Amino acid sequence: MTACDACLRRTDLLVAVSGSIDIAWRERRGRTARVLALPDEDLLGLDPATLSRYETFNAAFARRRIAAAELTAVCRCASGYPERLRELPDPPAVLHVAGSLAALLAAEAVAIVGSRRATAYGLEVASALGRAVTAAGVPVISGMALGIDSAAHLGALEAPGAASPVAVLAGGAETAYPARMRHLHARLVDAGAVVSEMPPGFGGHRWCFPARNRIIAALSTVTIVVEAATRSGSLITADLATDLGRTVAAVPGPVTSRYSTGANELLHAGAAVIRDARDVIDLLFGADASRLPDPQPLPPLDPAQRRLLEAVERGHGTVAELARTMEEAQAASRTLSELELLGLVRREFGGRYVRCL
Amino acid sequence: MWVEADIRIGLPAFTIVGLADKAVREARERVRSAITNSGFEFPQKRLTINLAPAYLRKIGPGFDLPLAMAILAASGQVEREQVEDCVFAGELSLTGELRPIRGALAVAQGTRAHGLARIVVPAARAREAALVEGIEVIAAGSLHGVADILAGRAEVPPLPEAVAEPDDPAVVEPPDMADVRGHAALLPAIVVAAAGGHNLFLHGPPGTGKTMLARRVPSILPPLARGEAIEVTRIHSIAGLHSGGGLVEARPFRAPHHTISPSGLVGGGAVPMPGEVTLAHHGVLFLDELSEFARSSLEALRQPLEDGRITIVRSQRVMLFPTRCMLVAASNPCPCGLGDHRCRCSAADLARHQRRLSGPLLDRIDVTVAVGRPSARALRDQRAPASAALRERVVAARERQLRRFAGLGVGCNAQMTPRMVRELVGATPSALRLLYELHDRDGLSARGHHRVLRVARTAADLEGSDIVGPEHVTAALAHRTDAAPQRAAA
Repeated sequence: MTACDACLRRTDLLVAVSGSIDIAWRERRGRTARVLALPDEDLLGLDPATLSRYETFNAAFARRRIAAAELTAVCRCASGYPERLRELPDPPAVLHVAGSLAALLAAEAVAIVGSRRATAYGLEVASALGRAVTAAGVPVISGMALGIDSAAHLGALEAPGAASPVAVLAGGAETAYPARMRHLHARLVDAGAVVSEMPPGFGGHRWCFPARNRIIAALSTVTIVVEAATRSGSLITADLATDLGRTVAAVPGPVTSRYSTGANELLHAGAAVIRDARDVIDLLFGADASRLPDPQPLPPLDPAQRRLLEAVERGHGTVAELARTMEEAQAASRTLSELELLGLVRREFGGRYVRCL
Repeated sequence: MWVEADIRIGLPAFTIVGLADKAVREARERVRSAITNSGFEFPQKRLTINLAPAYLRKIGPGFDLPLAMAILAASGQVEREQVEDCVFAGELSLTGELRPIRGALAVAQGTRAHGLARIVVPAARAREAALVEGIEVIAAGSLHGVADILAGRAEVPPLPEAVAEPDDPAVVEPPDMADVRGHAALLPAIVVAAAGGHNLFLHGPPGTGKTMLARRVPSILPPLARGEAIEVTRIHSIAGLHSGGGLVEARPFRAPHHTISPSGLVGGGAVPMPGEVTLAHHGVLFLDELSEFARSSLEALRQPLEDGRITIVRSQRVMLFPTRCMLVAASNPCPCGLGDHRCRCSAADLARHQRRLSGPLLDRIDVTVAVGRPSARALRDQRAPASAALRERVVAARERQLRRFAGLGVGCNAQMTPRMVRELVGATPSALRLLYELHDRDGLSARGHHRVLRVARTAADLEGSDIVGPEHVTAALAHRTDAAPQRAAA
């Protein structure tokens, strides 16, 4: 436990005034929202009723609660604190870590963020990127939200041991949010770390989510946006990463999809284009592809298999789209299963096939 | 049920004992008027009617006629020998006309089971009762008519002709698969489901024809066997769905709305009545918008689907209803139904939808079909084969199954127990190897494994093959129902 009394007290103050921060945050919308950079006295000014709580703060009690939740706390005065976070104008006073503290200290890290409401395409890309980036030894950082975030984490967990994935939560790090991610939460704690600025037991206010995004942006050297609508929270992460001078990248999506407008706008504004994990590695280490295995060559396919694989790649993923008659349909479903057994396509819930990356 | 009447001197009174419900107790007034208005005399004495056995609760107006006959016999207006060995069932009007009752077939079966020779039923239900062989069915129109027939003063009238009802399946052309355009590619999976009795899940955006396909599933199922038809007729008669016109010939198709309660679905009520799953016995139970059904309703459906019957316990009695039906479920991919790129649902909406879908029922479903929007060209040019042609293949496959399961108490592949799957599927080693491969990579569960094998068995039956080869397993894999999506959304 390396958190000083002052930093623990500031964290407790954040909890106490969190309702007022919500209001202040809304008033200073966007980049001027530096509420978290305010000194303690100004935060107290947001809600003077918290003064007595601030003055009687008991650090030993806070440490006991942190230990009881099986968290490790590290404050910005300590040496184990991730250096990259110090570049923030408003670095979190304390990081509460479930899992391994060392996971936060990697030389490079890639944030993969995106919309909670994602399409099959986005989920496939996010998990493939998560897997390949981790396999190249670079930890993946994300927010454990529904959709892209958790797909990236799940992908990262498919390459065990190569690098430790990190999730940054808005509420207490010991509780899975959203709750249905509790299995993912447990796996991430085992394999890497789940981190939060807020103390255990804190449920999370609105402002905590953009505040969480600043930690994701600051912990990573590259931020990749996979599928984001125009007003997505992941665009805030991209903005914060730009402010910090970090590399921002995005995965292009169909121009007709409302779920990719944000990501495509980023690309238009000059973000790096990510087509596969190789592009990520190039961004991190220059044109050094040696960290990634060569792309798997296609196994030998017969003409029918090749034809169907190409159709699936074009997005014709159901038997109905691939066949016109009963006989064709029967042949197509067999071939699709063969392609699935070869690991080239995957069957989604409901019977649609998508190309594996 | 035995009805005893006792008449003794005393103040005029009319008492019914033996756990009679309100409709039976009200019968006193109907019976009194009917007897008087039929030209008989209602005895002005102390009259006690006993319904035996006394521990069973008696319900419904079907006791009117037996009560009246007991009184007439006790007061000597009808010869006692004439009512012996004779079963009566029917509701009386105040004028003494006989009105139809529910469950005439069940009463007729009870008649034979008790070794009684004759049954008197209202004319409108005579054809239904006559389905039971070995008993004499007397169709009567009124109380007076009953007495005349029994006394030999009138001829036993012939059974009435079948009346064509507007909803009679013989009149209305049953829906045919040939009506469905643009979905020919989905038929192999649907035929497999029908051939093996596998539950079917149709997944796709609204307006693409899921309901249309589901309604036509009964048309490719084998015709009802006589024993099955009698069971179906009896159930529908008890539930009041049967017009009394003889045997039900079409397989039932029940499509309850998603607001249905658990007891509406599986049966229940103070007086247990069959639920939708029982009404769909030997037919198809169609649940449209599967994710909208209350979780408790679907939970309740699980056991009956597995066991093929449901036991309903109420304070007075235990009822056993058969529930062997094929489940066809349909669902939109998301609450708004528009699908991937145009969908307007939030991540939370979508997550809720999928959580509800992936609930208790999905692991009872062997075959999933992705229904898409057919292209304009497919709609214009494509013709589906007629149901009759598909049904032939289904019947052939069912016959193979019946031969295989002879003496095992199982009718189709979907009902195979895990042990039967191991012993009877006849999968080749190369076919099994494919399954293990998928098992290792994608974590196909043991249950999923068995389900794939069952469907593969049906695919082999459709081709007339005794062994299940890799080609049958690959076909079955393409129809499988996956577990709930593991991922966050999508």
